[in-house]
Amino acid sequence: MDKNKIQEELKNIIAIYVPEKEILDNLTLEHDLINDLKINSAHIVDIVLDVEEKYDIMIEDDVIMQMGTIGQAIDVIHGKVQEK
Amino acid sequence: MAPNALGAADFEVALKEGRSGIRFFEESQSLNFRCQIAARPLITDAYKARYFDDYYQNKLENKAIIYACLAGFEAWENAGLSYSNDQIDFDSGMVIGSGALGMDSTTADIWSKIISGNNKRLGSRAIPQCMSSGAAAYLNKILGLGNRVLSNSSACITGTESVLLGYEHLKLGKAKRMLCGSTEGDGIFIWGAFDAMRILTSDSNEDPTNGSRPMCNSRLGFIPGSGSGAMVLETLESAQSRGAKIYAEILGADVNSGGFRDGGSMTAPNSNAVIHCMKNSLHQAKVSSDEIDLISGHLTGTKGDSTEIKNWKKALGCTQDQFPLINTAKSMIGHCIAGAGSIELVATLIQMEKSFVHGNYNIKEVDPDITAEIPLDRIPMKTVDKEINTAIKANFAFGDLNCSIVLRKWQDG
Repeated sequence: MDKNKIQEELKNIIAIYVPEKEILDNLTLEHDLINDLKINSAHIVDIVLDVEEKYDIMIEDDVIMQMGTIGQAIDVIHGKVQEK
Repeated sequence: MAPNALGAADFEVALKEGRSGIRFFEESQSLNFRCQIAARPLITDAYKARYFDDYYQNKLENKAIIYACLAGFEAWENAGLSYSNDQIDFDSGMVIGSGALGMDSTTADIWSKIISGNNKRLGSRAIPQCMSSGAAAYLNKILGLGNRVLSNSSACITGTESVLLGYEHLKLGKAKRMLCGSTEGDGIFIWGAFDAMRILTSDSNEDPTNGSRPMCNSRLGFIPGSGSGAMVLETLESAQSRGAKIYAEILGADVNSGGFRDGGSMTAPNSNAVIHCMKNSLHQAKVSSDEIDLISGHLTGTKGDSTEIKNWKKALGCTQDQFPLINTAKSMIGHCIAGAGSIELVATLIQMEKSFVHGNYNIKEVDPDITAEIPLDRIPMKTVDKEINTAIKANFAFGDLNCSIVLRKWQDG
């Protein structure tokens, strides 16, 4: 699956949890979910659930830790989708 | 947020025309409930969009919390107050109570995931949407109030008590304003559990709007309702300094318990305590019974209605002829449990502001035990125009709790 497509879909998934939506207009791979996008840390688990449902994949707890930035999250999703 | 209206303006119309919010629910029938009718607000996504951002619109599921947020935002806005994402207001707080908040039907998904070994799939919202302080928490996430944020829970007096608690906090000088209200969710868990107590109407499944019959001789029980009411309490100085519209002044309020003594029980109030509570609120208000223009009763449609009338008469210390008008919105909206007190207080304020007394509907024949106490014409069966300067409102709750509040219409100048 194309990483650009994942990025677009991930943007739609996280949008609801991002308090200041303007930042989504210029979303980059380097954006940190918590520090830059100001997503409440409690919502990371909600995003993971939404992602699991969207791609029909399982993301283990220790892998969640590797999803700090948009780029890292895309890599995790891409890897899991490939494994299927 | 009442079962027969969305928002205060619509509620005024609904009260005047006697609009019923009581409906038949197929699910209650399929689950073999004796009472298959109930009353709940019919909230649409379009209505929610007036107040909710996309997160609240899509991720708030617990109806008790949704109702409280909608009522709370409307009350705040109606009071001419605003909020912003980056400011905290230490002069404002809230008391938003709830009843069986964790029993709303939307919690079914939580329990089934846990029971089936899939708790990992719950996400972060299960606890915030089940905790008793959930309604206040989600309201305050948006409003940013920095004073006391309290969630009381006292069954059917929760709403009246929330106002009493806010009033006392302001009287102590600890805040300038308090958003006060209460909420109750709905669905099969709450309705089914009340149904098991054999205290709900069971003869009106095919005639839902006739199911709630407070003070009627044929009444059989209450109809479970849900929803939320909210209002802003403010010190006079603060309200006047910002030119706020003032609906009414709280003259006195009391809350007590019958202590499960002298006839008081989990489900029935101790009449001595009820009278004590009503009298205390009147005494504190320095109001005599002949000044009362309207009683907003508890009057659930259970057999206790006649006892309530006797208690009002004793508390007011009046003769038959001196007894004021009395009404309850429960014929239209059922008994909204923890939401009842706040919704009914909003109804009282609307009637004060617009000078009318809404009808007590569904009465074919008033219980003779009631007409033995008070004249029939004190129980209006349809809406009448009337100036209301002073009103008293009481609710009684499981756990032998009572709360009574005396209000006076605010006259400018």
